[in-house]
Amino acid sequence: MEIVLIGLNHRTASLEMRERVAFNPEQALRASEELRTRGILEESLVLSTCNRSELYGVPVQTLTGTADSLEGFLTTFHHLRAEELDGFVYRHRDRDAVRHLFRVSAGLDSMMLGEAEILGQVREAYRAALEHGATGPVLNRMFQGALEVGKRVRAETEIGTRPMSVASAGIRLAEKIFGKLRGHSALILGAGAMGEQAVVQLRDRGISRVIVANRSAERGAELAKRVNGDSVPWEGLPEVLREPDILVTSVGGNERILTREMIARAMELRGNRSLFVIDLGMPRNVDGEVGSLYNVYLYNIDDLTEIVEQNKQARASEIPRAEEIIEEHVVKFHSWQTSLEAGALVDELRSKLRTESAEFLREPLQAMTHLSAADRERITRITEELVEHLVLNRAERLREERELRRKLQNLEALRDLFHLPREKP
Amino acid sequence: MANYLMILTALVYAGSFGFYVGDLRGIRGGLGRVATLLLAGGIFLHYLVLLQRSRWVHAVPYQDLYGSMSLFGWLLALTYLGLELIHRQRSVGAFVLPCVLLLFISANLFPASIASPAPARGSLFALHVTMSILAYSAFAISFVLSLMFLLQDRVLRGRSLGPMFWRFPALELLEQMSRTSVLVGLGSMSLGIIFGYMSAAKTNANFWNADAKNIVTLVIFGIYAAYLLLGRSAAWRGARASMLCVVNFVVVILSYTVVNMYFSHYHRYF
Repeated sequence: MEIVLIGLNHRTASLEMRERVAFNPEQALRASEELRTRGILEESLVLSTCNRSELYGVPVQTLTGTADSLEGFLTTFHHLRAEELDGFVYRHRDRDAVRHLFRVSAGLDSMMLGEAEILGQVREAYRAALEHGATGPVLNRMFQGALEVGKRVRAETEIGTRPMSVASAGIRLAEKIFGKLRGHSALILGAGAMGEQAVVQLRDRGISRVIVANRSAERGAELAKRVNGDSVPWEGLPEVLREPDILVTSVGGNERILTREMIARAMELRGNRSLFVIDLGMPRNVDGEVGSLYNVYLYNIDDLTEIVEQNKQARASEIPRAEEIIEEHVVKFHSWQTSLEAGALVDELRSKLRTESAEFLREPLQAMTHLSAADRERITRITEELVEHLVLNRAERLREERELRRKLQNLEALRDLFHLPREKP
Repeated sequence: MANYLMILTALVYAGSFGFYVGDLRGIRGGLGRVATLLLAGGIFLHYLVLLQRSRWVHAVPYQDLYGSMSLFGWLLALTYLGLELIHRQRSVGAFVLPCVLLLFISANLFPASIASPAPARGSLFALHVTMSILAYSAFAISFVLSLMFLLQDRVLRGRSLGPMFWRFPALELLEQMSRTSVLVGLGSMSLGIIFGYMSAAKTNANFWNADAKNIVTLVIFGIYAAYLLLGRSAAWRGARASMLCVVNFVVVILSYTVVNMYFSHYHRYF
């Protein structure tokens, strides 16, 4: 039994090339079906995300040929010339293919280390293929393993826990102050890209109310409308400052928008409830002294960038732990695969020994003319039972052998001893 | 037998502590659940230890420092378990369990001997002691939570976020949990005071005396009540309220040790 994988990702191919070989969900299912109907694969799955296009399968024919056929299929499907893919495609088989998928679902192969979206994308690709009947026992087991690995790596390591962008770091800090953001409100000063990024993150984390204030009221109203928030006039800023628990500023210009006095007054009006100020402006929009006010937490863009840098290093330091989990599951998968092979080997051995014992008995039985047909039948059955008892019952125990290396050695020994053919190269 | 039970209890508590630390560090999923189960197991074993002691002295085990501290540790573990189940927050366990373990082990370091007959017995007196120690336990948890609040507040202000920072509970949750603990503590203390006065009135026909312990207890009660009230007001919300909570627990410890041993005529180890 073999598994084959070919693909392109952000490490091997440019964005332009990745765009050319990308599959939308409908194309992924169609390609997967074609691969089976053309007799290239028995089981197939196409995984296509913004960073990768990969074809997974269990081949019908020999492995080398299958990988070539898959690459040929990829070029035909996307109307490319064969040489256009030269140097961009990677190929993996069996254990390496399994390891590759497990690394992908764990986020180790992602552009942003440990990103969470990939696990959802793998789950979705698998769900669609399963519903479409494209997968079989091997790919089912492999993708279920990948989903388990993805979950374990995220639960047991810090690889996906820490924010990796300035905006998300700010929002996660807000959660360390307020807990869940539902029931809290945010004021966004400035309707630029940074402000919008922050609002999207806040909405994702369930913030209850978003208020937008911008120098250009029209642009502020536009952003407020897009994010289902309220816009307030810039002039009304001192009044509105008492409301939000989170304040995000990203306003252009050189003067400080928020002074210590303004925030002190707002804190008085809001009964000193905690206020988290995220200053994304460059130059800074908020007077640094604001951070010394009681129950006010102030973070500027440098503070957040430093956190993101620390988090990147922390995520990278988790790679060995993630790799350990991946290896554990690769071994588990391989062990399962080998136990299936052991089962097939025993069946093969049973068939061979029955044929040989029948041949061995033919002449002696022919010589014993006094035996009835029932007696001959009985002797044949007893011989089969003897073979079953002496050899096959012991061979069956290979299935239960827990130690993988020993299991593989036993399989090899069994093949040599009984001259059983090896798997196709 | 008793020794084996004590060792087993200490080991189960230590195991629970280890798993809480593992959960806080995110070593492996599911560790927190094991920690909680071990804590529940430790509480059960600890109850057996107390029961054994209680049968020996024919009373609630508060007649000596051993019994009192052990009961304190047990109620601390029990209160924490309740709080964990209410707030679904396990990261505090790694900070509470050392206190439980310390109380349990310290209690067992003292030679266990049958105490002299207590001057007062009866269910009212037993309830007075049990409720008072339950109050101490709840205050101990609010102390731990307030310390965590102050630590996290400092980390946030200093912008020196360590690896564990992201696994700590939010400031608002810590404050909320601390207030719940103080509320439980005040309720228990109120009942403890009422049962104490009733017991005193029954045995001495004396409702009030100017015992140092009575005065200090009323002061503690007053400060915790102030903590709850001030925590709602503008100027005291947040770190200041937590600081008040921490300081007040120091007074509780002084009341439990110095006041009991050297100044009180009617209270020894509770």
